Amino acid sequence: MSAIWVYAPVISEGPHAAALELLTKARTLGDQVAAVALGPGASAAAEELGSHGASTVYAGDDAVYVEHPGRPAADALATLVDRHHPALILFPTTYDARDVAGRLQARTGSTLMSNATDLPARDRARTEIFGGAKVVDVELGGPEPRLVLVRPHSFPAEPAGGSAEVVPIDVDLADDRRGARIVERHEEAAAGPKLEEAPVVIAGGRGLGGPEAFGILDDLASAIGGAAVGASRAAVDAGWVPYSFQIGQTGKTVKPEVYLAVGISGALQHVVGMKGARRIVAINKDAEAPILKMADLGVVGDLFQIVPQLAEEIRRRRSAG
Amino acid sequence: MDVVVFTKFVPDPQGTPTLGPDHLLVRGADGALDPGDEYGLELALQLVEAEGGHVTAVSMGPEEALAGLQRALAMGADDGVLITDASLRGADALGTARVLAAALAGRTWDLAIAGVESTDGYTGTVPATIAELVDAAGISAVRRLERAEAGIRVERQVEAGFDVLECPLPAVITVTAGANEPRYPSLKGIMQAKQKPLERLGIEDLGLSADDVAPTQAVVEVTDAPSTAGGEVIVAGDDAVARIADLLAEAKVI
Repeated sequence: MSAIWVYAPVISEGPHAAALELLTKARTLGDQVAAVALGPGASAAAEELGSHGASTVYAGDDAVYVEHPGRPAADALATLVDRHHPALILFPTTYDARDVAGRLQARTGSTLMSNATDLPARDRARTEIFGGAKVVDVELGGPEPRLVLVRPHSFPAEPAGGSAEVVPIDVDLADDRRGARIVERHEEAAAGPKLEEAPVVIAGGRGLGGPEAFGILDDLASAIGGAAVGASRAAVDAGWVPYSFQIGQTGKTVKPEVYLAVGISGALQHVVGMKGARRIVAINKDAEAPILKMADLGVVGDLFQIVPQLAEEIRRRRSAG
Repeated sequence: MDVVVFTKFVPDPQGTPTLGPDHLLVRGADGALDPGDEYGLELALQLVEAEGGHVTAVSMGPEEALAGLQRALAMGADDGVLITDASLRGADALGTARVLAAALAGRTWDLAIAGVESTDGYTGTVPATIAELVDAAGISAVRRLERAEAGIRVERQVEAGFDVLECPLPAVITVTAGANEPRYPSLKGIMQAKQKPLERLGIEDLGLSADDVAPTQAVVEVTDAPSTAGGEVIVAGDDAVARIADLLAEAKVI
């Protein structure tokens, strides 16, 4: 039986966290699991990839993979596919991985499925549509390898204690085929806990009316302690907060204990990024806002009154408690 | 510079989407030009206004998709191409990319622009596949673009913030929502749109056969997700704030 591969971009902290989730799933689908690790530090990442289920790690440590997004990684994968013929390749859902998978598809002529949330079998992927209202199973046909982009946090990342054989890869990519080159990097990360890890996420949307209003969310976050502030796409598109705040289809997926949606209507593309929250609280002035229907507690009212009062109430309870 | 903008006609983004008995999204006349495509179109129009050239809007879709192209022409695109073919019904990402790449290959172009992902399908991979099929460079999630000696210099959204990239032309890029403020078609633009050249193509005109665009995946089952109902909606009043605080306390996060 041919192998299942996981595309594992390597960043400065090590392999992309979603790659470990995909390896954990891949080892339930077949015995031969390999990771294709690309980026400086790829060989060093093999230990962690191996412990999560990869028996082989094809490692490309060249900086070309992080300096030129998309094309060199797709070239490397296409070369490896020609040599080893995997049955299925799983990709984490990131802008870069989408580009790599898209380009690889042009080379292999194989099927590509986006936004998968599960893989019931090697030739079947599951996704959710209409903001999670419907579950759709898709049969993957055409020539191998089938390519599947999987949403983050679809599976837990669990080490199994194995180790991987490292196979270095050399890709001789001509300068004129490397494509776009990164010349500057700018970080816009928020202060405080990471959105994906915080037990409480407070997200603001169009209802905030402008960037200043995020200040009251920050204040509520500090009253709660350990809360992270995020945003809907509408607030990011309006330029009120950076893209790193964005929760939803094209942003981050969060699963906190409590999710507070403030001034967010609940567009489908937002809901897919937060519906895994254990408890959802929504504050919206529009009683018809879809987010209220999925909230455990929905409050119809003025966020500019409720949010500061809530911060005050929490501080009062804490000092009384 | 000659710019091709890929535009998609999608079901009304404000409406409630439905699936037909064939598991395909129901597409009717009450659709719209994908709002996510308007940012790329605006970017193209600004580029060509600044330095001259030509903007062509290309759409693959049923006859109804003409309405989306007409909006692109009314916003200012110089001409339109509508690719309609019975064999394209239910086309997947690969078939779509092959058709759009073939449409590019038959003309002179410097830059091709698409939205980051469509509002109805959210696939987000087609532009990269097109780029590879036509052997061009590409950048996704562009939020700012300027001309540079090397071709173009852009800001690209990434998880940690943004990167600045330089890229040779020709290139296929995707443009994020919020990159600019798309213009509304003027009355004059709407009138002029009717006079602008519109080319209609089938897949044979593009040198493709039905086999090239046959779907490689099929929906085999659709089920309702377990409902997440069970919530309570209250109107803000004296105890709304206390109720939220109680819920936070129950969750042991305060």
